[in-house]
Amino acid sequence: MALLQIAEPGLAAAPHQHRLAVGIDLGTTNSLVATVASGMAKALADESGHILLPSVVHYGETEMVVGREARAGQADDPLNTIASVKRLMGRALADADESMRSHYLLSDGPGMVGIETRAGRKTPVEVSADILRNLRERAEASLGGELTGVVITVPAYFDDAQRQATKDAARLAGLNVLRLLNEPTAAAIAYGLDNAAEGIFAVYDLGGGTFDISILKLTRGVFEVLATNGDPALGGDDFDQCLADWLKAQASLPDDMPVEDRRRLLALARSVKESLSGQEQVVATCSFSNNLSIQVPVSRTLFSELTADLVARSLRPVRKALRDANLGAEDIKGVVMVGGSTRMPHVQTAVEKLFGTAPLNNLDPDQVVALGAAMQADVLAGNRKSDSEADWLLLDVCPLSLGLETMGGLVEKIVPRNSTIPTARAQDFTTYKDGQTAMSVHVVQGEREIVSECRSLARFTLRGIPPMVAGAARIRVTFQIDADGLLSVTAREQTSGVEAHVEVKPSYGLGDGEVARMLLDAYGTGEIDAATRMLREAQVEARRLIDATEAALATDGAALLAPPEREVLQTAIYALAELLETDEGDTRKIRAATDALNLASADFAARRMDASIKRALAGRSLETL
Amino acid sequence: MSVTVTEKAARHILKTLDKRGKGVGLRLAVKTSGCSGMAYALEFADESQPEDLIFECAGVKLLVDPRSLPYLEGTELDFVREGLNEGFKFNNPNAKAECGCGESFAV
Ligand SMILES: Nc1ncnc2c1ncn2[C@@H]1O[C@H](COP(=O)(O)OP(=O)(O)OP(=O)(O)O)[C@@H](O)[C@H]1O
Ligand SMILES: [Mg+2]
Repeated sequence: MALLQIAEPGLAAAPHQHRLAVGIDLGTTNSLVATVASGMAKALADESGHILLPSVVHYGETEMVVGREARAGQADDPLNTIASVKRLMGRALADADESMRSHYLLSDGPGMVGIETRAGRKTPVEVSADILRNLRERAEASLGGELTGVVITVPAYFDDAQRQATKDAARLAGLNVLRLLNEPTAAAIAYGLDNAAEGIFAVYDLGGGTFDISILKLTRGVFEVLATNGDPALGGDDFDQCLADWLKAQASLPDDMPVEDRRRLLALARSVKESLSGQEQVVATCSFSNNLSIQVPVSRTLFSELTADLVARSLRPVRKALRDANLGAEDIKGVVMVGGSTRMPHVQTAVEKLFGTAPLNNLDPDQVVALGAAMQADVLAGNRKSDSEADWLLLDVCPLSLGLETMGGLVEKIVPRNSTIPTARAQDFTTYKDGQTAMSVHVVQGEREIVSECRSLARFTLRGIPPMVAGAARIRVTFQIDADGLLSVTAREQTSGVEAHVEVKPSYGLGDGEVARMLLDAYGTGEIDAATRMLREAQVEARRLIDATEAALATDGAALLAPPEREVLQTAIYALAELLETDEGDTRKIRAATDALNLASADFAARRMDASIKRALAGRSLETL
Repeated sequence: MSVTVTEKAARHILKTLDKRGKGVGLRLAVKTSGCSGMAYALEFADESQPEDLIFECAGVKLLVDPRSLPYLEGTELDFVREGLNEGFKFNNPNAKAECGCGESFAV
């Protein structure tokens, strides 16, 4: 039986109309669910009062368990206990995370990597669905009814494949996804609405496995994400690993410890690390197989020193995000701390030092993302009327540029990185050859100017373009990104109306590290890219000229040119074609040869023009007769 | 003639009002809809209306409009926990049938 909650004045829902909506933070390390009740967002606890559900699934002999219990037994059955599965979402085997490879038996499968377990091959989508199902049951028990919809958060860096995989997992768990929401944006909602803050804010989210930084502008309840950046492979786990390595060296533990012992050591490191956030000194004690054991005191100062590099690593993306937003640290009015790892005092200090202001941490850093997601879910489910003062608009950004391959393997960016979404942008293209009736559209994602350096998202072909001379067709390519950050691309020939469309269900498979690498690569390679672009443009121009000249020779060559004249032209064509075939292109030489061919064919072009005018006149005189 | 709240409900109401930061009290009303004909509404009240009847109980101000009053006469508002679920419940002597969901009732 549904118990009543207090509604805002005038908003008490008619019975059975209050829609149960929740926000879910599906984390690498921990997941949780929250809802809005009596106008207040709150996290929902399980029967034993725990709010955080460790994102760990154990596939046992007879049953599957999720959460705390699964994590507790991790050391005893490491291969069948799946943790940090978020790191594999939307990944192919080839770009699966290194640490995941070392802990699990991964296999390649259609579309996505699989994890071999006692219960058979499990995809990351299925494992995530098991976690989501657990939270769904908790929420339905807690709210006393079936959920209408959920908002699930994802890291700002998640690409289309990872977002799609997250949606698939939700569907598998029987959840209706109202929307995916970037984690830092959710945190801003939780803070911005509760505290009615205005100004430019940074959201610093250091979780278990990922680091995200977002620069957000809040004005009169409107959120705009000015920039996002991060390090998809930096989080509390790295602090654990760093301390574990140190402990191993201190206690002279062997390098070839069994998997169980390695897990145990990591668990020890994690608990020592967490204790050091509240205590100055902790003694790390643990026993391992083969009668090995460890007892080492660790001080907070020592731990800070050991992990100073990791903290410093998080500050680089922060500076980049500020640069992207054209801002300095002094423009930031406040920094929102998100993620369990921001409890570490030296992280707080470093962030405070960089921004020159004490970070905001009055909301629980573990819960803030889920609370914001719950607030958004409440709005999307229609539980708040649009005239309520808490009505707000949410703008998000796409983390990497999206574009098309154009001739010569160059990228034409259609949606630049950090554009606010949802968005639709269009650009007109044309045909490149006479009589061209099809155009292939290759959608890529990334910051580089060369296709091979970007990520291929999808390819499709627009067919049925009416034959026209090169350059006459008008093909409008529209990129549309919905509020979840998912992309659809449409190509439409304007005169005939033929259309082709693709929903980017991207081939799963860009590594977390890949995104970071692609962004890093884009920095400092601008010059090389510009040179390459010039070369490719020269090559395209050259090929176009060769094609045009050859086509002209085929139709009018015999009629308009004497054999020696044709010879000269052919030689110029061969010279240029040969240059194009050599591997390393020389832009200057190609340009020179192109000019030469242009010159050689100028006279021929003039004669063709005269001839066609004559034909036209002849036609007319014929008509007037 | 009265409408009351239990100690537990009062504590919860005061806490949420405090967190919300504004509001004079709680409005209890009855609307005609739902599977059993009538439905309860529970809302924060930012101001009272001239015709409202106001009940003070356990430190909480309860506002009831005259049309709802006959149906709510003698009702006690309770705050209960059922398993993981917690929320308000109307103990209404006038209600003869409640729908299973507890959101609506008939007199
Ligand atoms: N008191 C503490 N001191 C230091 N670290 C802590 C503390 N409490 C939790 N953590 C760390 O926080 C991390 C988990 O944070 P959180 O739950 O925010 O991650 P997550 O959201 O699941 O991960 P991600 O955001 O990467 O998906 C773990 O590495 C955990 O060890
Ligand atoms: Mg997180």
